Amino acid sequence: MIEIENLTKQYGSATVVDRVSISIARGSITVIVGTSGSGKSTLLRMINRLVEPTSGRVVINGRDTTTEPPHLLRRRIGYAIQGHGLFPHRTVAENIATVPRLLGWSAARTQARVEDLLKIFQLDPGLYASKFPHQLSGGQQQRVGVARAFAAEPTVLLMDEPFGALDPIIRAKAQDDLRDIQRRFGTTIVLVTHDIDEAFRLGDRVAVMSHGQVLQYDRPAALLIRPADPFISRLTGTGDRAMKLLSLTTAGEAAEAGPVEGPTVPASATLRDVLSDLLWSGAPAATVVGADGTPCGRLTLAGILAYGRPR
Amino acid sequence: MEEEVLARRHAIDRLGALLTLAGLAALVCLPFVVFKANRIVPGDPRSLLQVLPPWEVLAFYAILMLVAATALGVVSARLRLAAALIGVAAVTLTIGAAGDVLTPLGNKVVRISPGGSFWVLLICLGLLATDAITRLRPGPGVRVLFLVLFAALVGAALASGILDHLSVMREYEVNATRFAREARQHVFLALGSVTAAVIIAVPVGILCHRVPRLRAGTLGALNLIQTIPSIALFGILMVPLGALAAAAPFVTDLGIRGIGAAPAVLALFLYSLLPVVANTIVGLGRVPPVTVDAARGMGLTNWQILTDIELILAFPVILTGIRIVLVQNIGLATVAALIGAGGFGVFVFQGINQTAIDLVLLGALPIVALGFSCAVLLDALVETINRAAR
Repeated sequence: MIEIENLTKQYGSATVVDRVSISIARGSITVIVGTSGSGKSTLLRMINRLVEPTSGRVVINGRDTTTEPPHLLRRRIGYAIQGHGLFPHRTVAENIATVPRLLGWSAARTQARVEDLLKIFQLDPGLYASKFPHQLSGGQQQRVGVARAFAAEPTVLLMDEPFGALDPIIRAKAQDDLRDIQRRFGTTIVLVTHDIDEAFRLGDRVAVMSHGQVLQYDRPAALLIRPADPFISRLTGTGDRAMKLLSLTTAGEAAEAGPVEGPTVPASATLRDVLSDLLWSGAPAATVVGADGTPCGRLTLAGILAYGRPR
Repeated sequence: MEEEVLARRHAIDRLGALLTLAGLAALVCLPFVVFKANRIVPGDPRSLLQVLPPWEVLAFYAILMLVAATALGVVSARLRLAAALIGVAAVTLTIGAAGDVLTPLGNKVVRISPGGSFWVLLICLGLLATDAITRLRPGPGVRVLFLVLFAALVGAALASGILDHLSVMREYEVNATRFAREARQHVFLALGSVTAAVIIAVPVGILCHRVPRLRAGTLGALNLIQTIPSIALFGILMVPLGALAAAAPFVTDLGIRGIGAAPAVLALFLYSLLPVVANTIVGLGRVPPVTVDAARGMGLTNWQILTDIELILAFPVILTGIRIVLVQNIGLATVAALIGAGGFGVFVFQGINQTAIDLVLLGALPIVALGFSCAVLLDALVETINRAAR
């Protein structure tokens, strides 16, 4: 649980972050989205005190962040940034072990954790642990950067445009992987991006920032259905908002009881994907199957379309 | 592609042609050896045929022609290097033999000096060897190995006594104990001033990196020092140090006086500051900002960021600065002899005063060798570190 209360940052007469108050639930992903200069990075950097607030405060799990020295606070909070910031003179394993070492973990525990993380991020420890960052591809470097942020089992993880430097295909995969790993560890993630699609894809909650203020802090669907400000409509775009809305619900969530018919779709697929399938195949309905392959309901065209309008 | 290689193989090597022409011209126009009745009279040039038996001269010329042919027409860098080294050996043995023949038995007064064509040949062969080594593209370890082997060969040649009748070696014989002392003093002046400069300049560079406002002023002041001619700076420093020694006797007890090692080390120290400070600033400036941001965000302290990240990543550039000042100070320390600081400069200036060019060489040759060796060693070190910490 992160409570951000009336947080303000001023540089001289310029107010970069203006009285922001938001409450972030434990175990959720909160995405702060905005154009460059909106103050989103400054807001993020005030959470781990890379930037000291002019006024206001941040409380993490009931504890005011100013009650301990900043470097000790930061060791408890994961941190990943665009361009990964890996140490070029240290191996992949040494990079991931950075914070565990600062915290004084035993060598055995650190090594075990590094190997676990490399496996989770689909990097063979035998092959990659002793490589240097420059020997990896951009996507691999980014995975090591994110693995490093998870290394000391932080309850809170801050990410500043972590996938900004990746090409679209690798980025989509990295986003899906992050989602899976976040669910697995139950980490509270605050992620900054300028990409509204990334915000919709990852965020349980999305905060839209402009000129230092949070215009709306809500579930992604609410941003589409009830935008609090014309700026938000411009940011999300109105041309394909019905399709965006469909992409926020999974087949499993929308499945209804009924006779099994038509093509099968996985419960994890979004309604947007299912609709596309049905249009392509010409079938009027699809069967939703769970991860184990057993049918758990069906989706009709009419049922899907109902999710594409505000209710 | 094939044709290109063939064409190259049949073409005449340009550098080889230039070196052959220079060597040939020198052999025709300049004496190989100079005979002097004593160390300060003008020399009497002798041609090789006047000195050595004809078959030895013929063998020498034959070897030189083979070397020239290799330099002109052979592509293999290994063969070119071998030819250059054979050439150096031939030139060295010939000048030694000439010295032996020209020196009357037991006579310590006559001086046999290498003539103009000897030096030109040596330079041409040296260039041929360096060019061959460059073409071989050896790694840092191999270059150091070359240096050690070459030093061992030179040492063996000197120890064997084949060159003992040459004038420079005569001067060495007379000055042997002083030579060892001045060698130690020269190394002390150069290394001591560089060490002191590194201890001061690296922290100053770090400060300038952290506080950009200090940068322009500091670099400007150090640049100004760099523009003062070395003799002038040595002279200028004698005044305050002399006054200091006169005012505070305990300073004199520390060995600090207006003349001697103190002003020399201080002057060399001042000259060393700019390259080390500037390279420290450049090196730290090249550390990627995201790396530092990630380090801070993960909870490294400022000190840990400096020692574990920034200085390690900047080290190759800082070391390049240290290499520049070490080689520079080995040369500049020569001038320190003028204010009584000792070093190889003692022989250089004594030789100039006595118009004894051989004594000048006794001081100058070791300075060149020392500077060259340090450059090779530190270049190899910089390259090794750059490869390791890329």
